[in-house]
Amino acid sequence: MPDDIAALQAEAEAAIAAAADPRGLDAVRVAFLGKQGRITGLLRGLGQIPADERKARGAAVNALRDGLEAVLSMRQAVLDAVALDTRLASERMDVSLPPSLGPRGVIHPISRTIEEMVAIFGAMGFSMAEGPDVETDWYNFGALNMPAHHSARSDMDTFYLSGMDGGQPLVLRTHTSSVQIISMLSEPPPLRLIVPGRTYRADHDATHSPMFHQCEGLVLDRGITLGHLKGCLTDFLRAFFAISNLPVRFRASYFPFTEPSMEVDIGWNRRTGELGAGGDWLEILGSGMVHPKVLANCGIDPREWQGFAFGMGVERVTMLKHGISDLRLFYESDIRWLRHYGSSPFQPAMLHEGV
Amino acid sequence: MKFTLSWLRDHLDTKADLASITDKLTGVGLELEGVADPGAALAPFRIAHVIEAVQHPNADRLRVCTVDAGEGPVSVVCGAPNARTGMKGVFAPVGAVIPGSGMLLKAGEIRGVASMGMLCSARELGLGEDHDGILDLPADAPVGRSYATWAGLDDPVVEIAVTPNRGDALAIRGIARDLAAAGIGALKTFQPEVVVGKGASSVSWKIEMPQVCPWVLGRTIRAVKNGPSPAWLQDRLRAIGLRPISALVDITNFFTIDLGRPLHVFDVAAISGDTLTLRPGNGETFRALNGKDVTVTPEDCVIADAAGVQSLGGIVGGEATGCTEATTDVFVECAWFDPVAIALTGRRQQISSDARSRFERGIDSALMPAAMEAATQMILDLCGGEASEVTSDGAEPAWRRTASLRFARLRDFGGAEVPEDEAEAILRRLGFGLVGRDAESITVSVPSWRNDIAGRGALEPAKALSPDQIAQMEAGVAAIEPEVDLIEEVLRIWGIDRVPAASLPAASAVPKATLTPRQVRAATVRRVLAARGLSEAVTFSFADSRVAARFGDTAEGLRLVNPIASDLDQLRTTPLITLASAAARNAARGFPDLGLFEIGPAFRDGARNTQQVVAAGLRTGETPRDWAEPARGVSALDAKADVWAALTALGVPSEALSVSADAPVFYHPGRSGVVRQGPKTVLAQFGVLHPSVVRALDLPTEAVAFEIFLDAIPEPKRRRKVAPVLSAFQPIRRDFAFLAEAATPADDVLRAARGAVRDLVASVVLFDVYQGERLEAGFKSLGIEVTFQPRAASLTEAEIEEASAKVVAAVTKATAARLR
Repeated sequence: MPDDIAALQAEAEAAIAAAADPRGLDAVRVAFLGKQGRITGLLRGLGQIPADERKARGAAVNALRDGLEAVLSMRQAVLDAVALDTRLASERMDVSLPPSLGPRGVIHPISRTIEEMVAIFGAMGFSMAEGPDVETDWYNFGALNMPAHHSARSDMDTFYLSGMDGGQPLVLRTHTSSVQIISMLSEPPPLRLIVPGRTYRADHDATHSPMFHQCEGLVLDRGITLGHLKGCLTDFLRAFFAISNLPVRFRASYFPFTEPSMEVDIGWNRRTGELGAGGDWLEILGSGMVHPKVLANCGIDPREWQGFAFGMGVERVTMLKHGISDLRLFYESDIRWLRHYGSSPFQPAMLHEGV
Repeated sequence: MKFTLSWLRDHLDTKADLASITDKLTGVGLELEGVADPGAALAPFRIAHVIEAVQHPNADRLRVCTVDAGEGPVSVVCGAPNARTGMKGVFAPVGAVIPGSGMLLKAGEIRGVASMGMLCSARELGLGEDHDGILDLPADAPVGRSYATWAGLDDPVVEIAVTPNRGDALAIRGIARDLAAAGIGALKTFQPEVVVGKGASSVSWKIEMPQVCPWVLGRTIRAVKNGPSPAWLQDRLRAIGLRPISALVDITNFFTIDLGRPLHVFDVAAISGDTLTLRPGNGETFRALNGKDVTVTPEDCVIADAAGVQSLGGIVGGEATGCTEATTDVFVECAWFDPVAIALTGRRQQISSDARSRFERGIDSALMPAAMEAATQMILDLCGGEASEVTSDGAEPAWRRTASLRFARLRDFGGAEVPEDEAEAILRRLGFGLVGRDAESITVSVPSWRNDIAGRGALEPAKALSPDQIAQMEAGVAAIEPEVDLIEEVLRIWGIDRVPAASLPAASAVPKATLTPRQVRAATVRRVLAARGLSEAVTFSFADSRVAARFGDTAEGLRLVNPIASDLDQLRTTPLITLASAAARNAARGFPDLGLFEIGPAFRDGARNTQQVVAAGLRTGETPRDWAEPARGVSALDAKADVWAALTALGVPSEALSVSADAPVFYHPGRSGVVRQGPKTVLAQFGVLHPSVVRALDLPTEAVAFEIFLDAIPEPKRRRKVAPVLSAFQPIRRDFAFLAEAATPADDVLRAARGAVRDLVASVVLFDVYQGERLEAGFKSLGIEVTFQPRAASLTEAEIEEASAKVVAAVTKATAARLR
């Protein structure tokens, strides 16, 4: 390399290294590689060089130019990085600031429990049925083998409305069993259905509410036995409470619309409230084989079809599952209570995610 | 139903302990309600002989007693003034807990003398207030024996719940029979001897209401001496919560409990004339034994003498003819009343009695003569006197019937493999008689006390059934019901808990959808509203009619005939009524800023099947304070946003919706809207709550609400989606500012712009609304961004200009707004 080129290279490299910011670097680029730059000048002067030297000198100047361009871009990258760091250093924000999530809404525990019931019974092939809260005396009582003198019809328990329907008094349904009747009249068996819904009884104290929720169930088919009743309800209770060995006890009882009738108890500890252990029994639902008269009232021949029905209090099982002690707070709509016991809309009850 | 263990043993020969008996009661359907065992706390206390009582060497007021409670002499220091040599007392050994104080007794030394127990006062034993000295027992009290046993204090009282079908279990004998059938001992025989009466009864019966009272027995017993009943009888009645009154009355109560056979005793001297007539009431009033005046109706069966009504048959006797200490001649009533008639009369008259609760479940009609004899004998035993012959009217009501059971049905219906012989044995132990048995089935006669078995209650068939269908159904019930009755009997005694549980067979490998599309809608809206920050509430379906009136006129049919409280006296016409009250309660607690929603019924007129499912929501107060976004009062458009979010989630296309300003009276007339799909279908309404409602309920000033009528929302059409147009050409966006009259709905501008150029306008967004000084009064500026989406080729500048001109023209034509 000719000495003048080497000196120019050294000078340029020193100037590049000395450039402290992109602007200084640009000045160096212009001074050496710009239109009036010194290296540009060398290239321009090649014409005056004797032809036999021109090739070698041309190659040397080009090499110098290429080398300096590479050094310049490396320096450019370094200076860019420094400039970015400097800018970012000035752009700090307080990331401890609370994010805005908007208010949190929740789903009521009664709805949540019903969703869970729907999920579990749904897996056993049940579908959900509904019916009106205002019912005739026949749907609520008569069809269910509760004749006019039955004690449940007394004013003490049943809310009456002033209106009539086809000559029959209108009541607020005292159980969702009335929907059994609606379903049996509208769909031929086999049937598997649950009926969660509002029910009403004229009772108001710490453990009774004039409105509460009940989930009725009905299974009707050929060959459904009391053993299936026990199996189905045991399967449900163990899934619902998520206790695979929950003790479940069936004992003889009486309801007008089933025979044989059974109360169902689960094992718990009366002292601690813990479910599944403790040796005490807690009554949790009523059940039984559908009474032949109930079937017959709906035009279903009891010689051909048989099955079982059950009814449980939605609030009651919710209270047990979540350790809620005061029934009245379910309806009070105290926002603190709702936020405490409510569930997220993003976690609907799904068996594959676990209820 | 309460009874004592010793009373049960009158009818049941058993060695079973209390726990086995109570467990079995629950198992067979006589649910245990509670056990009180007054003897349990007294178990360690024994009868002791005070061999010697001497002055304590170091204390003036104490004695040192040498006491033998059956296990040799021990030393006891005692402070009681009546402790003396030779007496019998009650000894508490070391380790006993003193019931009166709860104190655990320890071995000790009192002023230098060892004391290895205690002699107890009545108060210390929890048996009274007497603490003047230790119990002083008779000289013949057996030393070493349990004091509680000797004193008859160890008789547990059992209480069971008797279901309405089991009238027979409202008798100690009936309970004993069930227990015996279930293997707890043997039922003792009950066969009272016939008392041969002398002469005709001076009082006789006349039945004029045979449909209520078909059969009645009676007998006079002369020259009785009524007074307090003996201690054993008083103790029994007291133990189960009955107050002893006099021997004659106590005897009737005894048989009510013992045999489930209510009896009544009339003072013959108080009866006018010589005939008691069972007849319909006629508006008369008489003073009942409970001290209350009863006015009888023609539906009630009364017992009347020549002077008038004296007793309400089967329910309560009358004061005027009741027995007193002065009674010398007594007339005993033993009647059979129709269960339904008694239930209706009892309910009409609002009288509960032990007699009513038995008659309305059904009384053993075949037992009447024997019960009369047993009662007569007890009266003669306790009160003396001389019995007349039995007088009667009517005849025994028919009760004999049979029922059959196919053994296979125990398995195919009951799910249990019960051996045939065992099934028969259970039925026999319950009192069923064997009529016949073959390889497949057994036929039994039903005992007189089981009116719940193979009864012939009428059907109440659906109106839709034809006479032929009803006949077929009646035949079906006649064939099946008695058998199911027997299956229930066999299973409850054999053990419901022994029936193996079997999971339901799968109806299909993958279950079908559990919810209907309508039910899914409610679930979806619930999640959408909760996700938007509203908390779900569940409020009562009834409301205070005074509050409800603020929400518009309400139909008379919504009123409850028998409300439980004056503020819960009618069905709500919208969930907003109860939801607003809930928000007001929260505000009163210091939580004025919140959002609630409820999905529940709204009632129109109280007729069946006229309720609607409504998703109602309420936002009150201000939005949350936040450093990034200042709080502001809730606005009608917040409620509209809730409605839109829900409807969009349900697949309602928002272009199909229109909003009009005709919301009901409980909304602010200028800040509310009704959302319709098409010209008629109202899907929702929303807006600021009317200030008068806000004031009446004491709500925060800012309160907005919405109601979405879920039942009105059409099912989204389930079509396969067409493939989307994914144009290769960039969309072009142009902004326009329109000057419109202030009253011009923004939606009209947006709609006009959207429809301006078919197939080219992809979307229109309102990005600015301005109204203020820079514009002429009464006008507003609306800034919209229109997106043109070319499909076939890029738009030229000229084409864009042309399309923009069409947008302006369309908006101007539709709204008279002009481009600024």
